[in-house]
Amino acid sequence: MQHLSKLSFFMRKVAVLLAFVGMSGFSFANEEKEFNVSEMIMHHIKDAHEWHLFGPEHGGTSIYLPIILMDNGLKTFSSKHFYHGEAVEVAGKEEGASLHYVKGVGPAAGYAMYHEEIYILNAAGELHFDGEHPHNAQPMDFSITKNVMSLLMGAFLILVVMFSVAKFYRKNGAVAPKGIAKFFEPIIVMVRDDIAKANIDEHKYEKYVPYLLTIFFFIWFNNMLGLIPFLPGGANLTGNITVTLFLAVCTLLVTLFSGNKNYWGHIFWMPGVPVPMKFFMMPIEIIGIFTKPFALMIRLFANITAGHIIVLALISIIFVNKNIGWAGLSVPMALFISILEVLVAFLQGFLFAMLSALFIGAAVEEAHH
Amino acid sequence: MDLILPDLGLLFWTGIVFCCLLFLLAKFAWKPILNAVNAREQKISEALELAVKTQAEMKALKAENDQILKEARAERDSILKEAKDAANHMIEDAKTKSKVEAQKIVDAARLNINSEKAAAIAEIKTHVATLAIEIAEKVVRGELASDEKQKALAEKLAGDIQMN
Repeated sequence: MQHLSKLSFFMRKVAVLLAFVGMSGFSFANEEKEFNVSEMIMHHIKDAHEWHLFGPEHGGTSIYLPIILMDNGLKTFSSKHFYHGEAVEVAGKEEGASLHYVKGVGPAAGYAMYHEEIYILNAAGELHFDGEHPHNAQPMDFSITKNVMSLLMGAFLILVVMFSVAKFYRKNGAVAPKGIAKFFEPIIVMVRDDIAKANIDEHKYEKYVPYLLTIFFFIWFNNMLGLIPFLPGGANLTGNITVTLFLAVCTLLVTLFSGNKNYWGHIFWMPGVPVPMKFFMMPIEIIGIFTKPFALMIRLFANITAGHIIVLALISIIFVNKNIGWAGLSVPMALFISILEVLVAFLQGFLFAMLSALFIGAAVEEAHH
Repeated sequence: MDLILPDLGLLFWTGIVFCCLLFLLAKFAWKPILNAVNAREQKISEALELAVKTQAEMKALKAENDQILKEARAERDSILKEAKDAANHMIEDAKTKSKVEAQKIVDAARLNINSEKAAAIAEIKTHVATLAIEIAEKVVRGELASDEKQKALAEKLAGDIQMN
């Protein structure tokens, strides 16, 4: 019994910790404001110009990330000038609804931020809303956002890990691996053998192994970073449509540039079917070129975003009920999903690389009939 | 809605970072790692092949050794047999030879003995003859010591001659 109460006490502690550290966008202290689950979750899974560390959304501790704008020349300043800017409240379209945005101050003057999007203030010095969205012009935003920061840290982590693996072999030559190399070698060999070799022609696969390895480890490492609820993790990078779009386009380009005569022949003039069918198949096959990477993009985006949403929603149970006792339910469930997400993190990286290899394999396959 | 709209800035940075990552990893990580792994796999497969080959060689060598051993054993046996035969033969030979020799010696001895015996008999005969003559002489001398005796003898002898 003592043991059990100790356990539940520990769980409560974890829940509180998670609640304060892992999430931004709400606070116990802010009692007058109703806790909005979907707003909090959306806020979390979307990009931001700051990295919220702990404390309440306003007045908590954050790392203010640099803003880089292309608007009649390059403009760079800290996002602090937005987050500590001039808050503006305008009436919404619906009865009683209000919209909040912030006008930048200092170097950010002339810009406003609404839902992490930066707009140029109009001549009247305000945002002009039509419904929920402002109609103001937007500068090109190349800011180092939370996702970009996470991307850089993930890339740095991969480089550090893989360089130290490579260093082992450089130093010791072709010997049995030890330490970090021992952990990563089977995974690298898995990508080479079970992903590349298994799907791509035996004489051609070697060229694609570096790409497949990079894409696999990029997705896997960033997925894992996303599962850590605090710095250096917590961003929803691989659950961001932009990132998955880029990766899917990469696979599409590799596939298209690898495509041989046989591949294009199957798309434009399907062999082995009657001529009318050939005309019928052509548009289907052309659409097929794009649906494959599109599915890659959606799969990764949806899986990772869904994982983040589920964990956040489960933790939110505590705050919706405003009773810490609910942690006894929500924390074990969130823990279960988190562990599942560790599996998903690997699986999605594996699937992305596997399907990429499959598409490339189909593109370089020689005719065998 | 903006959840599923791509963001230009993030796309830009993702592109740069991913391309750099691909380049750096391909050049400084994947290449040395895969080279080392391939080299090791090559080494292992070569070592395995060599082991199999060596095993086969060992087997062949062992068979050869066995063969040699077998042959050596057979040769040893045959040599032993030959030696035994030769020894037997020699013993046999020696036996016959010695028998013959012994026979010869015995024969020679017998011959010698016979001749010696004959010589001795002859000598004895001579001696006996001489002795008989001497005795006869002495007897005759005794007989003929007186005239009557000489006359008696002459008569007797004459009688013998007449009777004949």
